[in-house]
Amino acid sequence: MRAELIPAPAQGETGFTAAAFNRRAFACVIAAFLLVVVASEAVAQIRTTGGSQGIIDALIKWAPLILLGPPGEFGGFALNIAVSFLAMAIGTAAGLAVGLGQISLYPPVRAVSWAVTQFFRNSPWLVLLFFVMLLVPFQLKIGGISIPLPGWLKATFGLALPIMANMSEIVRGAVNSIPTSQWESAESLAFTRMQTLWRIILPQCVKRMIPPWMNWYAILTMTTPLISIVGVNDAMTLTQDALAAEQKTELLMPMYGMLLVFFFIYCYPIARWTIYLERKYAVKI
Amino acid sequence: MPRLTASALTASAHGWTPDQPIISIRDVHKSFGSIEVLRGISFDVRKGEVVCIIGPSGSGKSTLLRCINALVPINKGSIKVEGQEVNDPALDKLELRKKVGMVFQSYNLFPHKTALENIMMAPVLVLKRPKDEVEAQARRLLKKVRLEGKENAYPGELSGGQQQRVAIARSLAMNPDVMLFDEVTAALDPETVKEVLVTIRELAEEGMTCILVTHEMGFAREVSDHVYFTDRGVIVEHGPPATFFKEASDPRTREFLSQIL
Repeated sequence: MRAELIPAPAQGETGFTAAAFNRRAFACVIAAFLLVVVASEAVAQIRTTGGSQGIIDALIKWAPLILLGPPGEFGGFALNIAVSFLAMAIGTAAGLAVGLGQISLYPPVRAVSWAVTQFFRNSPWLVLLFFVMLLVPFQLKIGGISIPLPGWLKATFGLALPIMANMSEIVRGAVNSIPTSQWESAESLAFTRMQTLWRIILPQCVKRMIPPWMNWYAILTMTTPLISIVGVNDAMTLTQDALAAEQKTELLMPMYGMLLVFFFIYCYPIARWTIYLERKYAVKI
Repeated sequence: MPRLTASALTASAHGWTPDQPIISIRDVHKSFGSIEVLRGISFDVRKGEVVCIIGPSGSGKSTLLRCINALVPINKGSIKVEGQEVNDPALDKLELRKKVGMVFQSYNLFPHKTALENIMMAPVLVLKRPKDEVEAQARRLLKKVRLEGKENAYPGELSGGQQQRVAIARSLAMNPDVMLFDEVTAALDPETVKEVLVTIRELAEEGMTCILVTHEMGFAREVSDHVYFTDRGVIVEHGPPATFFKEASDPRTREFLSQIL
């Protein structure tokens, strides 16, 4: 009966340290990059007689444009990141408001917040994006001043909507996960509902909300290439422009592959970090 | 006695004077759905009195305590705290709760705040008292409940008994006129029960009005001025502890006591 004598690994030991996490993340990035390069080269060599030198030259030539946009302009992958930041900020702030609306004591506020949440959670992002592009005017007139609304800004609003709805659910779920005894003891100390919410309940929710919030940030970032279809100079648009300029079919896979690697390098560490925080903040039962 | 004067002043609006019962409960009924938890409870508590409510689980003891500070609304009857009617839609619940402190079975400390912060929060945020004054009081209270040196400990770092004493100090920091204790030792290890009971006894000796729901019969006999035995939502029997524990006449009381003692 030797097998029974071997102790099962303790819960904590199955996790990993930050150092191991970094090593693993780095190895994965390198592996993915090599995979894309090798695959694209193999395909390209079958199709052409030009060899791989021309492909690598083309990637090196276009990479700065795809990463940073045309000289003197803001665009490319940097714009994708900027849009992801802004959409996340807007979506988080609005989602907090709608999420708190979902637990309001006033039934009409609760009903509207619930409806908004459900509608935007269950709508395709691309359709929402088109909707916002068509619905929002290209400039706002406040008094005598007209404020132009560039396409990328409107697209950002479009992406913020589903983030808002999902944040709303995260906030509602986190607030409901705090034991009612916390509300009760705050009430018995004559705290108002608002004081209880902001001073007692929400601070306890933050740790629980961070992992799902980061998860949605990674999803949002991976969704930003959608804005290319509404005419914004993001990394996807510029990759297509570069391909149009080169007019070489053998560049299709390497160029899109490079774009995939850019997103992977950015999003994968976020995903690993999310898992790490999830384990760290796991509710101990 | 400056505190008495202060409470007498606020209470005067309700025509209450300290020689009248501080809490007056009359024919209180409470139902949760179709279950009637309280079926006509009446009793008075005088200032400085220590009252114990005992009885089997589900007899409505905890619900009764929650009705006194309006955590749970009642369906019928009257509860007056310093002359202020609790069963009144226009009741200012926050004003009532400033006068009535409550300690819970599961401590319910705020886990993201240190012991000192737990005690300071309500006086600073609710009563808007100056922070340095409140901090001095909070340190005094921690000393009083024998937790000197635990000022910066988080609830998770304290034992059950220590957490419960912080919870008592947290309630006391509001300078309440009445303290409600809801089975405060029920979740504790036997060896830590004593340290909490010592704290409560000291409070009682200082003249704090206390209502305790408890299963600690020895403690009830020792500290209380009056014992009420409830079963199925009514007071079956009551009396001063000396006679209550010796001469309980109702068969339900006798059966309960024989199981507990």
